[in-house]
Amino acid sequence: MLSEAARARAARLGLRPGRPNLEEFAATLEELARANPRIVALTSDSRGSGKLGPFGKALPRQLIEVGIAEQNLVGIAAGLAACGMKPFAVSPSCFLTARALEQIKNDVCYSDVPVVLVGISAGVSYGALGSTHHSLHDLAALRAIHNVTVVVPADNFETREAVRAAARAEKPFFLRFGKAPMYDLHPAGTRFEVGRAICLREGRDMAFLATGETVVHALLAAALLEEEGIQARVLSLHTVKPLDVESVLRAGRECGCLITVEEHMVHGGLGEACAAVLLQAGVAKPFRVVGIPDEETVTGSQADIFRHYGISMEGLAQTARELLGVARPAAAVGV
Amino acid sequence: METCGIDRKPTGAGDGGRGAGSGGGAGYGSGPDDRSCRGEMTDRELALKGIALRRKLLQVIHHAGAGHTGGGLSCLDILIVLYHRVLNVRPEAVDDPNRDRYVQSKGHSVEALYCVLADRGFFPESDLETLCRYRSPYVGHPTRHVRGIEMNTGALGHGLSICVGMALAARLQDAPYRVFTLLGDGELAEGSVWEAAMAAAHYRLDNLVAILDHNRLQITGPTREVMCNEPLEDKWRAFGWTVRRVDGHDYAALTRALTDPPVAGRPTFVLADTVKGKGVSFMENVARWHHGVPSDEELARALAELDAAEQRLRGEVPA
Repeated sequence: MLSEAARARAARLGLRPGRPNLEEFAATLEELARANPRIVALTSDSRGSGKLGPFGKALPRQLIEVGIAEQNLVGIAAGLAACGMKPFAVSPSCFLTARALEQIKNDVCYSDVPVVLVGISAGVSYGALGSTHHSLHDLAALRAIHNVTVVVPADNFETREAVRAAARAEKPFFLRFGKAPMYDLHPAGTRFEVGRAICLREGRDMAFLATGETVVHALLAAALLEEEGIQARVLSLHTVKPLDVESVLRAGRECGCLITVEEHMVHGGLGEACAAVLLQAGVAKPFRVVGIPDEETVTGSQADIFRHYGISMEGLAQTARELLGVARPAAAVGV
Repeated sequence: METCGIDRKPTGAGDGGRGAGSGGGAGYGSGPDDRSCRGEMTDRELALKGIALRRKLLQVIHHAGAGHTGGGLSCLDILIVLYHRVLNVRPEAVDDPNRDRYVQSKGHSVEALYCVLADRGFFPESDLETLCRYRSPYVGHPTRHVRGIEMNTGALGHGLSICVGMALAARLQDAPYRVFTLLGDGELAEGSVWEAAMAAAHYRLDNLVAILDHNRLQITGPTREVMCNEPLEDKWRAFGWTVRRVDGHDYAALTRALTDPPVAGRPTFVLADTVKGKGVSFMENVARWHHGVPSDEELARALAELDAAEQRLRGEVPA
C-alpha cells in the first residue's frame, strides 16, 4: 500500500493499477499448460496461496499435490523434469528455498534438469505472519548455487514474460512473486529479455538499481526527485542472476551515485551483487544498499515493513538526497 | 510391462525370505535354472561375475585411494541382478525415453555401480583408473557426466523423491518404463525418505520399486544403535507399500523380488538383507570398512579370498 502522496504521483505518471504478480503468474501458467501437456504444476498444499485453484480445476491431470513436504516437492519435480516433463514447483519462498535448498542444489541445479522453482509470497509478503514466513535469504542462497537463473519480476508484464521464458528454458529457473497488487510500470512495446535490465527512466545524477516489488517505489522516488532538479535513472533488474553487468556498469560510469533496492536482506542480494561488479571494474561511486537490515525484522504488513526500512517513495528520495549531499527542500519536509 | 527378457513367474519371493548372507565369502546365491537354455546368464554365471566385480571394485578403490568399500560390496549383487536381469537399459540407447530408470539414492556406493556399468559396456573399464582424479567424471558419487547414470545423487534422502517424480512422469506420458532406486538403511533416518514413501503410495505408483541395502551398519556403527529404524517391514507396509524381503546376495531370490509383477496400485519395497563388506572375510560386518581403503597387503589378502571363492564355485577345489 503506497502513501497517499505516492498514489497521487503514480496517477500523475499514468501508472495503471494491475493485479498481484501471483495472479498474473497463475493465469499465464494455465494458458501455457493448456497448450503444452508437458507443463505440470506441483504444490505443497499451496495451490490457494499460489492462485492455482482455477488451474487445478481446469487441468487436474497437470496439477500434482505433494502435501506439506517441500523437499519432496522439489525432488519429485526434478524426477519429472528428468523424464521430459516441464514442472513448476510452487511453494512459499520461505519454505521452498530453505527447507528444500539441498534438493534445489543437488536434484535440480547440479543434476541440471529444467525445473521452474516458483517462490510465492516472497520477501515480506507475509509480513505480519512473522519471520518464519519471510524469505529474505532466498536470493543470497540461490546466487550461491551454480546453474540457476533467478528472476524477480516487478509488475504483471515482467511476470508474464518471465513465466513464458521459464517455460521455454531448458535449464533450472527460479521465479519470485509477491501477493500485493502491482502497478503496470512498462509502456506497451517494452521488450523483456532474461538477463537484460529494463531502463524505466533515464538520468545521470544518480541511479536506482531495483528489483521486484521495490521497483515501483524507486520509480516514484525518481519522479519526486525530478521536481527537485535531480535526474535519477531507474533500472528494473528483474534478473538477479545472471546479473546484467553491462547495464550496472553503465549506470556506475554514467551516474553520480547509485542506490540498490531489494526486498531482501542487505547481505548477499542484489546490492552486494552490484557492488562486486562495480568494484571489480574499478568503478567506485557513492553507493547505498537499501533492503532489510541484519536484525530481527520489524513486524507489520509488507507496506509497514517497506516504509520502516525506507523502501518507499519518500524513504528512497531521502536516501538519495543524503547520498548526493543535498538538503530536503522545504516543500518536501513532512512528505 | 515387460522387463528385459525375464519370464514372469508366480509370486514367490513373498514377505518371508531368508535372512542375511552367510558371511563367509562363499554364500552367493546359486541353483539350477533354465536360463542357460535361453542364452541368459545363469545364477552361477552371475555369481562368478559377482566375484570378478568384487575384485574390480577393490582394485579400483585401492588404485584411487578412496571409495566406499563396505557398502559397495553389500549392494553389488543387487546391482548385478538389476543390470543383467531387470532393467530395460542398453548402453547403445541411453536416451531411449522408454528405458527403465535407476537412481542410486545411496550414492556413496558409486564404485560398485561404476564397475557394473563398465562391465555392461556403458564405458570402458579403463576409465575407472581415473576415479577421483583431477577432472575425471568418475567422482565419488553418481553424476550424469557418466554414461548410464540418470541423476546426480550423494546427499542422502533424495533418490526416492526423484523416483516418485519419474514414476509420475511415466504415468502422465502413458509410458511403459519402471523406476528403481537403491536406499541405504542409515539413509532411512532422513525425513524426506518418508515424505516420498507417503507420496508413492498416495499416487499408487506400482511402477516404482525401492530396494533397501539392509546391511545394518552405517559409518558410526550398527544402525540399530545409531538410530533404530525397525520394524522396517511394518513401517513400509503401514506406508502403503508391498514389502518383499530377500537375501540380498541370492541372485534367484533378488530376481524374483524385482521381476514379479507388482501388486496393482502399490509401490514395491524390496528389503534386501545384505552383509556390509560381503565377500571379504575381514571386511564383513565391520563398520570401519564403510569407507576404508585396503592397503596393498589387505588387497592381496582380499583378492586371494576371492580367488578361492571362485575356485570353489567352479568346483576346482572342495568347498
